[in-house]
Amino acid sequence: MHNWMEWAVAFFLFLGGSFVLIGSIGLSRMPDFFMRLHGPTKATTLGMGGILLGSIFYFSLQQSISVHELLITIFLLITAPISAHMLIKTALHHQLKAIDRTRGERELKQGQQEGSPNIKKAMPENKRSKGS
Amino acid sequence: MLENVIFLVFGMISLALLLNLWRLLIGPSLPDRILALDTMFINSIALIILYGLLMGSPLYFEAALLIAMLGFVSTVAVCKFLLRGDIIE
Repeated sequence: MHNWMEWAVAFFLFLGGSFVLIGSIGLSRMPDFFMRLHGPTKATTLGMGGILLGSIFYFSLQQSISVHELLITIFLLITAPISAHMLIKTALHHQLKAIDRTRGERELKQGQQEGSPNIKKAMPENKRSKGS
Repeated sequence: MLENVIFLVFGMISLALLLNLWRLLIGPSLPDRILALDTMFINSIALIILYGLLMGSPLYFEAALLIAMLGFVSTVAVCKFLLRGDIIE
């Protein structure tokens, strides 16, 4: 294993680790849920991409080409927005409080005052047509 | 040198896991706790992959893939339960 390969793997690992740490700091320090959702969905996913890229480099240079980690990367990149979407729908349904600095907070309050949370505007009628 | 960097990244991800645990304990609402658990799943995947790098064996990816699938399915299931009161209608 050459020197520059080791440097490249170390660089990707460090980049990924710092993004994961930044995402978790955002999760624990932000003031309200709608801001808190930003950290784990964006920074942590990018950090996982960095760590998995470092792992791909390491195993591809050591043995043969290995693309196992690509599977995990693609899976995480697909599922992170879906789980964020489900979480924000849950937060709108529970009518969580937002502080004044949160962007889009006025629309949120309007939606809550009308008695119907925004979630009903987002998916209008297909809820009833499916039947339960 | 790579080993030192791996241990440094181990420390960073462990710190991230502790911050998530703090949010999980004090989280004021239920979606906060679900979000903290989801992030803990993702960080444990990173920890397992780093351990595989340290050991130099490619056998740990199956475990990481399994944990990724379990984390996604459990997050979506709990969110669905909180939204509709039922998971599979």
